[in-house]
Amino acid sequence: MELFARRKWTNRIALGLSLAAMAFGVFWLAWILFDVLRLGLGGLSPALFTKMTPPPGGDGGLLNAIAGSFIMVGLAMLLGTPIGILAGIYLAEYGQRGWLGSTTRFINDILLSAPSIVLGLFVYALVVARTGGFSGYAGVLALALIVIPVVVRTTENMLILVPNSLREAAFALGAPKWRVVMAVTLRAAKAGVLTGVLLAVARIAGETAPLLFTALSNQFWSVDLGQPMANLPVTIFKFAMSPFADWQKLAWAGVFLITMGVLAINIAARIFFSEGKKQ
Amino acid sequence: MSSQAAAVDRVNLGAMKEAPQPETPAARNQIGDAVFHNVTRAFAVLTLITLFAIIVSLIISSWPSIEKFGASFLWTSEWNAPAGRFGALIPIYGTLVTSLIALVIAVPVSFGIAVFLTELSPLWLRRPLGTAIELLAAIPSIVYGMWGLLVFAPLFGQYVQPALSATVGKLPIVGALFRGAPLGIGLLCAGIILAIMIIPFIAAVMRDVFEVTPPMLKESAYGVGATTSEVVWNVVLPYTKVGVVGGIMLGLGRALGETMAITFVIGNTNLLKDVSLFLPGNSITSALANEFSEADPGLHTAALMELGLILFFITFLVLAFSKWLLAKLKVNEGAPVG
Repeated sequence: MELFARRKWTNRIALGLSLAAMAFGVFWLAWILFDVLRLGLGGLSPALFTKMTPPPGGDGGLLNAIAGSFIMVGLAMLLGTPIGILAGIYLAEYGQRGWLGSTTRFINDILLSAPSIVLGLFVYALVVARTGGFSGYAGVLALALIVIPVVVRTTENMLILVPNSLREAAFALGAPKWRVVMAVTLRAAKAGVLTGVLLAVARIAGETAPLLFTALSNQFWSVDLGQPMANLPVTIFKFAMSPFADWQKLAWAGVFLITMGVLAINIAARIFFSEGKKQ
Repeated sequence: MSSQAAAVDRVNLGAMKEAPQPETPAARNQIGDAVFHNVTRAFAVLTLITLFAIIVSLIISSWPSIEKFGASFLWTSEWNAPAGRFGALIPIYGTLVTSLIALVIAVPVSFGIAVFLTELSPLWLRRPLGTAIELLAAIPSIVYGMWGLLVFAPLFGQYVQPALSATVGKLPIVGALFRGAPLGIGLLCAGIILAIMIIPFIAAVMRDVFEVTPPMLKESAYGVGATTSEVVWNVVLPYTKVGVVGGIMLGLGRALGETMAITFVIGNTNLLKDVSLFLPGNSITSALANEFSEADPGLHTAALMELGLILFFITFLVLAFSKWLLAKLKVNEGAPVG
């Protein structure tokens, strides 16, 4: 019975450690979320959405940064989504065999987890260094480079899940392949593909590093994409690193907005996906 | 015979004349298919080209620095912009050390979480907890960084660091790592924030990997009287070890390339006097984030570009290795163990 007792104790200790690990993980994350709520809610005010970013000591809001983020994220999605979906279609429908499909899949996975700051450097070398200045366009391009691999991956995964009998049925009716893909497979995978697009929005909404050397930031209201453009993440970075209490307060409010936005998009994507599966 | 051949020719000619005309639906479909195939392929190739374009443009932009410093860039610790002398040792050291600290903390914790989620948790809790972990992996890193700087670092410097130097700091060899002024921010703090950030990420991958284990294998182990910990150690882990390592590598890739979580709390200095982890330092990403937009065009920019190139190279290797391991697990899926 001694062996039995020892095994039982080993098991108890191991499971206790596992429980402790879960508690440890949840503890930090709950603490962070609690602080984001506590300090972020304290900074919320109508001025946040109606006033521009202030100089130190002045009062103001985050309007130009919020608007800039919306513009750049929107344009990056418009640019990156079609490219990602088309490349994903190729991988799922044509590239299951052959070197091009498997190489692209591998490279895409690398790009998916590549450091985003390196993408910022790339766009700097490609656009900013040549045109001679930081611009909203460069920011859009850097964000689009992050969107593409995310959309490629989800599109391919979702198209592969579509049962082959659907494709065969469409082919049997004499439909050409492009119609089969566009009208049958892509439509069947619509919910999944849109989920991927939503997740890509969530991913780039909080990206800071690639914007540091591309869009930079702008203290004033500007919707001119040829100029440096204000955006939430870089503004938060600048304000949080500053010694000024009112800037830090605005940074907490900004972090609150981004966190809630990203969580809301993620939850929406999940609900959307499970609703789409039911149909 | 000849008239027959002529007739065949005529028919062929007729067919050839008709083929390019998109009148018949079949021909139109063929053209549509060819266009569609090539357009989608072009965009797939575009993704492929992006990677090479990144590498090539980074090499071109960093060429002045590569030419001037050669390989000694990697082990020179001086980073002096006014004097035009640059070496990457301190940023590389900072990147590796913070990632290592993060892994040392995050791997066991993530493993515990994954075991909890797959084996221990009551069924009704599994989905909400799993979803919570996935959601937390999606929170932007700037949130972790800012929280680290404004909330965690002051507490860390006030309570944890003095306690560490009073206890572990007294030990003979390891102690040297935990001595010095308790500033709060520094390499250790950056490593801890990084760990908190990658825990949900690694835990989510490990959980997915553990779920690959066929229930039949686990049930037969339970059936012969194995305890839960024995099932995890002797059945689940051997079956999924390749995937577990792949997941850890994926987390390492993330830690190496992480910018915002580190830049806030690492201290951003290019001086490193001794081995203590309490000292402020610099990582590749934080050096880039802080200096790049104010760097002079020329050697300073080129040196920073070379840092980016080194980072890309390291993460490429780590990620390629992790992809290879995870792909191996997929191939083995459903195959008998051993």
